[in-house]
Amino acid sequence: MTEPQAAQAQPAEPELPWLRLHPDIIKSAALLTLGLALAAGVPAAIGLGGISWVVALAIVVPGALIVVAGGTGIEAVRYHVTRYRITDTRVELVTGLVFKQHRSLARERIRSVDLSAHPLYRFFGLVKVKVGTGETGSGSGSTGQRSLTLDAVSRAEADRLRAELLRRESETAAPGEGRLATWRPGWLRFAPLSFLTPTLAAAVIGLFFQVSEWFGRGGLPVELAVDLADRHGPWTIVLLGLAGILVVGVVGSLAFQAEAWWNHRLDREPGGTLRVRRGLLVNRSLSLEEQRIRGVEIVEPLGIRSAGAARLDVVAIGLKSEQGGSDVSTLVPSAPRAVITAAADAVIGPTSVDLLPHPKAALGRRLRRAAVFILALAVAVAAAHLLWSMPTFLSTLAIAVAALLAVASVRIAFDSYASLGHGLDGRYLVTRRGSLRRSTVYLDRSGIIGWRMSQSLFQRRLGLMTLDATSAAGQGHYAIVDADQDEIVRFAAEAAPGLLDPFAADRPHDE
Amino acid sequence: MANTSGALRPPRNRFDPRTVAWWRVQLLVATLIGAGPLAVLGLLIESARAWLLIPAAAVAGIGLAAAIAMPIWWHRVHRWEVTETAVYSLTGYFWRTWRVAPMSRIQTVDTTRGPLQRSFGLSTLVVTTASSAGAVKLEGLDHGQAAELAERLTELTDATPGDAT
Repeated sequence: MTEPQAAQAQPAEPELPWLRLHPDIIKSAALLTLGLALAAGVPAAIGLGGISWVVALAIVVPGALIVVAGGTGIEAVRYHVTRYRITDTRVELVTGLVFKQHRSLARERIRSVDLSAHPLYRFFGLVKVKVGTGETGSGSGSTGQRSLTLDAVSRAEADRLRAELLRRESETAAPGEGRLATWRPGWLRFAPLSFLTPTLAAAVIGLFFQVSEWFGRGGLPVELAVDLADRHGPWTIVLLGLAGILVVGVVGSLAFQAEAWWNHRLDREPGGTLRVRRGLLVNRSLSLEEQRIRGVEIVEPLGIRSAGAARLDVVAIGLKSEQGGSDVSTLVPSAPRAVITAAADAVIGPTSVDLLPHPKAALGRRLRRAAVFILALAVAVAAAHLLWSMPTFLSTLAIAVAALLAVASVRIAFDSYASLGHGLDGRYLVTRRGSLRRSTVYLDRSGIIGWRMSQSLFQRRLGLMTLDATSAAGQGHYAIVDADQDEIVRFAAEAAPGLLDPFAADRPHDE
Repeated sequence: MANTSGALRPPRNRFDPRTVAWWRVQLLVATLIGAGPLAVLGLLIESARAWLLIPAAAVAGIGLAAAIAMPIWWHRVHRWEVTETAVYSLTGYFWRTWRVAPMSRIQTVDTTRGPLQRSFGLSTLVVTTASSAGAVKLEGLDHGQAAELAERLTELTDATPGDAT
């Protein structure tokens, strides 16, 4: 780590100029804070205006001015003290007014370049650039030290940085460069089928309760519903309510998906990088070095699968998938199955493989779990009837819901068993599981960095075993659930040759 | 013992015999934490004496029984082994887990000694890989043996090139 002045004085580092961020970030900050000041100030002024307009303006206007001047001033200082440059070996960033901070990343460690632009930045033609090394694990240092953010530079400069930082001298032109998948607005038809729809609907109901809680009337929604039910009959209200919630959920998930995936493109670019570009309001671009990709995951949530569609996620080092509905690891959003298969083939090579189904005993386990669930449901419904005198409407509703859940749990048991499968496909270990969220993982065999086998007492009785392939990428481990205990060990031995040989049971051992 | 289910043999080594005493003390301490406050409250609060002393006795009884029997059993069940190519462990009985970490993928080798472990002359050796799920933990090795093992593992893993991902 060298100080910028010292570095400039060194003859070995010939005259690499330090660059500045784009000056328009100051204008953008001014507009942003002005917007905030207006959004907060106007209602405040109206509220205070009840007392006296002069007092209201005397309070609100100086406050707004301070916010705007402060926000703009901070950004102006940041603009003046921040410098960056790219040398042959490093990316360096100097920032801070009082506490000078000099950050540098080795260029050979850079694995991803994220570009994003919110609407204000887009208006000014600015782009925020995040350079990541993709390092994870329990090493020292936070994620902040493993990435570096330039907030913000011009679009042309961002494209130049992205191209330059991910260029590898050694790399020859990879086969299959160009467009791998292009989003179509028609794919939005799958959005309402995602689990986002019920989640958003539930969030809206929660919000309703929360707002009435703020006004000290926490029970208001229930009172309203009971009141309406008394007037119009309970079934009408339940059905209308369900329909209304459904509409809210559908509209919400359509809006979310459209904002996130509008104009999505998946490209393979020169130098061995994949690039995902997308977004309606916020433009996002993720460039991913293919060296860090360890496979793909084809995800089929129940609703989306029933429409013959799927989603393609990437299994890559430094990209945590499945964190709070995060979609950073998604390469192609919900799209027809054929499109997803084609995209997966384009990313990692042919993915057609016959998976070995799991022993029937695995179905037995799932059916027993369903039986336990149904028993618990029956007990709960019966207990409710015994403890409270339920009106006919509530009683019918409870029994109907319980019956639906019971049927669903049995169907899920069969479906979940049908999903189970594993196989080896050239470079890849393939495992498929799950019903509500069926997932097929293609994990690069060279990316398997250990095994974990586990067996509960129940599994042991049935001769089943669960094998986890551990990996530095994605979730960290991918499971083959409830496979035959002898077959799965042979499978693991074949998937990572040599590793398990010393521990094979057929060798004599001192028991 | 039916330890050979699946096509894998169990690892060769048992943990140090002193782990039995170490586990036993841990269980006794846990029992004391559970039963102690109940018993004290039971002696202080006359009106609820039976309601507090009976659970206290139950917790103490179960805890004592577990402290006598479980460590002996664990000592028979938990196994470990380090070869030239991998670290291998087997833990648990009701939920058995076999873990294999190849030498070429090991990132860090740590030894730790808690105060209680130290009084028994024991150490824990933790071998981590780049996966959050890949760590192999060997709890209850003789201190000298753990240090020697850690040194050997560090040498072996240093000899392997690559970033182990």
